[in-house]
Amino acid sequence: MKCRKCGATAAINMRHHRLALCASHYLEWIPEQTQRTIEHYRMFSLSDQVLVAVSGGKDSLGLWDVLDRLGYQTAGVYIGLGIDGGVRYSDQSLARCRAFAGARRLKLHTVDVPTELGASIPEAARLTHRGQQKPCSVCGLTKRHVMNRVALEAGVDVLATGHNLDDEVAVLFGNTLSWSTGYLARQAPVLEARPGFVRKVKPFCRLMERETAAYAVLRGIDYIYDECPFAEGATNLTHKDLLNRLEADRPGAKLSFYLSFLRARQTGALLLPGAAEAESDLHACVTCGQPTTAPGECTYCRTRRRIHEKREQRSR
Amino acid sequence: MPATLILREKQYEVRHGMTVRDALLRLDILPETVLPTRQGELITDDVLLQDGDVIRLIAVISGGADGA
Repeated sequence: MKCRKCGATAAINMRHHRLALCASHYLEWIPEQTQRTIEHYRMFSLSDQVLVAVSGGKDSLGLWDVLDRLGYQTAGVYIGLGIDGGVRYSDQSLARCRAFAGARRLKLHTVDVPTELGASIPEAARLTHRGQQKPCSVCGLTKRHVMNRVALEAGVDVLATGHNLDDEVAVLFGNTLSWSTGYLARQAPVLEARPGFVRKVKPFCRLMERETAAYAVLRGIDYIYDECPFAEGATNLTHKDLLNRLEADRPGAKLSFYLSFLRARQTGALLLPGAAEAESDLHACVTCGQPTTAPGECTYCRTRRRIHEKREQRSR
Repeated sequence: MPATLILREKQYEVRHGMTVRDALLRLDILPETVLPTRQGELITDDVLLQDGDVIRLIAVISGGADGA
């Protein structure tokens, strides 16, 4: 197969775009597509300060690379989750983020969850019995809380995450199966800032996971290849598998599903009674001040308090 | 001599002469979930497997809390 732009041997073929590109044209195409997404959804401008949430993986480091190359003012935030899994997973992830930032002279904020929360993510899940043997629930909760706090403290205009099309479609599929209208109401390429919440954007939301991986490989980004030790059996991987089977049969099905959803959401074709009210009904957490849906402490602060209580009980 | 496909710690042998895509589908590996490489270079999945080819597959799917 030949590159559509120059006729050289293609490095990747994107069946849903009917487009094959060589390595050098692909490395131009990804930043162009990302810039189009940023402009289409009015995510941010060159004068904005962008904080990129990085995990050491292909998506987040690829995103940071692209935004830096496009001339945006960026810094990164890495959240150390204290996951070992026999492979020193968090240590390896941090090392890659530090090497990436150091080579480009970019600022990297780091947060150590075991220090902040009082326990690593796997320990927190065990101590609080959240997530039925899987720490993914407490992990997601902690990352959202910490990312928002760091972004607010750093005074940035926007927080960018490396969510790709496969991530977005898997979440959409899961929320559609359970008809979770509240979550569907909040799923978008841009989540506008509200009191206590930084503006959040997903510039890779129209790129497939395969495309972001190809970019990282061709760009020579040293990302953590190993899967999170706790990801095996995760529900969103099951959904991704189902959707990839559909995509193999019908190229473009994932992108079409996502874009159709966004159009329906924008035009009001999706009826989500009560979702807007739930959005506006937020309270400040009495401990940390971040917004929460119920009066009193937010879930993160409750989790942290329970961890400390459990630790005290065990030390008696 | 067959062609070899390697994905993480697993090795698969397939007969040469078929495309990478056909080999993946025969092995029940979804083409959307991997990037095939030969001698360190990304290749497209219409490439015909040659006698003795070693194709390393880069897994691209990640998951967990929110995939970030």
